[in-house]
Amino acid sequence: MIPELGHFALVVAFALAVAQAALSFTGAATGRRALMGTSRSIAVGQFLFVAAAFAALAYSFVTSDFSVANVVEHSNSKLPLRYRFAATWGSHEGSMLLWAFMLGAWTFAVSIFSRHLPERMLSRVLGVMGLVSAGFLLFILLTSDPFQRLIPAAEEGRDLNPLLQDPGMVVHPPMLYMGYVGFSVAFAFAITALLEGRLDAAWARWSRPWTTAAWSFLTIGIMMGSAWSYYVLGWGGWWFWDPVENASFMPWLAGTALIHSLAVTEKRGTFRSWTVLLAIVAFSLSLVGTFLVRSGVLTSVHAFATDPRRGIYILLFLVVVVGGSLGLFAWRAPRVGLGGGFEPVSRESMLLANNVLLIVALAAVLLGTLYPLFLDALNLGKISVGPPYFDAVFYPIMAPAVFLMAVGPVASWKRARLPDLWVRLRWALGVAVAAALVLPFVLGRWSALIAFSLWLGLWVVTATAAHVVQRLRTSPQPTLGGKLRAQSLSWYGMTFAHLGVAVFIFGVTIVKGYETERDLRMAPGDHTQVGGYDFEFVGTKQVPGPNYTAVQAEFDVRRVGSAAIVRRLYPQKRDYPVAQQTMTEAAIDTGFVRDLYVSLGEPVQGDAWGVRVYHKPFVDWIWGGCMMMALGGLLALSDRRYRLRRAAAVPKGALAQALTP
Amino acid sequence: MKALRYLIPLAVFAALVGFFAVGLTRDPHEVPSPFIGKPAPAFKLARLHEGDQTFGPEEMRGKVWLLNVWSSWCVSCRVEHPLLVEMSRDHLVPIVGLDYKDKREDGLQWLSRHGNPYLLSACDDEGKVGIDYGVYGVPETFVIDKQGIIRYKQIGPITPEALEKTILPLVKRLNG
Repeated sequence: MIPELGHFALVVAFALAVAQAALSFTGAATGRRALMGTSRSIAVGQFLFVAAAFAALAYSFVTSDFSVANVVEHSNSKLPLRYRFAATWGSHEGSMLLWAFMLGAWTFAVSIFSRHLPERMLSRVLGVMGLVSAGFLLFILLTSDPFQRLIPAAEEGRDLNPLLQDPGMVVHPPMLYMGYVGFSVAFAFAITALLEGRLDAAWARWSRPWTTAAWSFLTIGIMMGSAWSYYVLGWGGWWFWDPVENASFMPWLAGTALIHSLAVTEKRGTFRSWTVLLAIVAFSLSLVGTFLVRSGVLTSVHAFATDPRRGIYILLFLVVVVGGSLGLFAWRAPRVGLGGGFEPVSRESMLLANNVLLIVALAAVLLGTLYPLFLDALNLGKISVGPPYFDAVFYPIMAPAVFLMAVGPVASWKRARLPDLWVRLRWALGVAVAAALVLPFVLGRWSALIAFSLWLGLWVVTATAAHVVQRLRTSPQPTLGGKLRAQSLSWYGMTFAHLGVAVFIFGVTIVKGYETERDLRMAPGDHTQVGGYDFEFVGTKQVPGPNYTAVQAEFDVRRVGSAAIVRRLYPQKRDYPVAQQTMTEAAIDTGFVRDLYVSLGEPVQGDAWGVRVYHKPFVDWIWGGCMMMALGGLLALSDRRYRLRRAAAVPKGALAQALTP
Repeated sequence: MKALRYLIPLAVFAALVGFFAVGLTRDPHEVPSPFIGKPAPAFKLARLHEGDQTFGPEEMRGKVWLLNVWSSWCVSCRVEHPLLVEMSRDHLVPIVGLDYKDKREDGLQWLSRHGNPYLLSACDDEGKVGIDYGVYGVPETFVIDKQGIIRYKQIGPITPEALEKTILPLVKRLNG
């Protein structure tokens, strides 16, 4: 009964989404307030019905209803509760429903928090979101029904892919989708702006917090995916340039460009058509990402659902949504005007340069991801593109972007003078260079590339520090506390996020440059030394799990030359009988400046095992940096000025005045 | 016309859609038939372990053998690798590795870590031989007969099923 109700709720939600789009657009076009007024309540209704459908599927999973085909294929009665719940989105159908659910949630949030928007504008925004939602719900109903019954019911389920049986996987997809789908709000705002021909600072200010929120969620989502591959896949890597990873990384790059471009549009009124284009691109890439993953045009280790029929639907959907909005852009954007001018050296020009660099990086990733497809389609042969390409192309593009990122906040709007910048930043530059030359020796080995990468990170830190000092000095408040309080939350957010980039760079550079690993055969009683630690292989024993049996090894870790055990590590080799898979569960001792990572390879003769031992300095800084970026975004989002509901009522001239810094 | 440049994004997207549409009609798992039944393209590459020696497919004349394309950066290779190690331990069929677009030291390290199932590996560091063989992605495995004709191509990791049902029976038949 519950699955049928879920399916029914989905049908109702689809009808409501169509109504939401139709009534909103008609209302906005004719100016009939009664129609526009309904769009908000319909949006709420639509969300409730999608939520009900999602809850119905989650219920089927949690209660192990093996008369539902999807549950049979992706769950098992012995699966622990949290994974039975997470299995809801462990399948293609379920993850599409999660997508629709997230979209409903964002629509709901817009209808709640944007009451102060002009009625016509809000109506159009909700209309666009309703259209997108209708497209996705129809996709689920036509090609990916998660509620399909299996008659007669199965005795037992085939179990969730063991790779997905991990706490990270409970949170990673929802976060990622929150980000992906969140860009739909920025997209809806952009389309509305094009329809209304209204692309001003107020518009930018309204869509900014939504974009920042989506970007922050996406950052967290990508970070968790990376952390997951680090501790689940068992060979210590954290990013593989896999097509599915790229599919989430491309919207992130576009979104990063977008939040910065929006800042310029809000503060200075420039970059308007560029900002709109970025908003369209960011969401389009989310859709393209979905297409790439779901259609099977690219294979990857992640793609667990491929079906050409779905591919055709998503492609058509892409043509309508992306093609339609880019067509609208080509038609309307020439008329939006350019806004205020700026000099070649100014904060605008640096933000523009960074925007361009981010987009070039995006194009490089897109090209690398799609290159095999291009060549195949042109019958030029079949090739594959691996990390060597991405590493070689990505770093040189991002290095100047990071350099400029540190300079931008110091430069003044409209016109900055190079001699001023030099005076403000010379100490920062000197300290960064000196520290970058010395640090590699402290860390153990000098190499030009490491020194350069460290310098980039240090430069971000020192230049940001110089910026903070300058900012506090020029604040009119008499006390330090007063000066600190006088700064806006969005400024704190930006500063924190930029420092996050530095932390990320330190993590990547140091772990790539100084990690040590050992692959060896160890029998009980054997010792090995890695990174100043001594690992003793004590032995193995059998450990039962809820839906697996595991061989668990014990390693006693001591500092070299000391008898005290610092940590006991228990890596496992798990055998999932139902899914017929073996999984390596690495044991990781996480520390602020290093991870100790032990994973079991294969058993070799007798009690001996193939063992991998890693010492990974600063590896957690990679994710710490991403976390800082995301938190920076959330800080910026809580800025007071976004909560000023009255702003819409303020006359235009006053608003423009209030916005000039 | 200045307004024309606003059409650029749409044009780029239209091109992308074209590629996607063609991409949808192709199955990336499908064997590109042109290579089946044709002689294995000749090459001469340095060996991975004995860097001063070379290897060419003609050296395997008279044997049924597998050419396995792998790389240290390839994620899926780790999935099939234990199977290859098992095959070489049981001496089922000689396997020659083609280390594709890889650095020598990375490849050597990878083999010492995961075990070396190969009779030998050839270094295709520029990926040129891979192009000759129509390598779509790593891993791929070719079954080549005594006359040097490609008889089968496995795209993606060798699964236990593909091994039992397709590859081993084929090897047996070609040997018989």
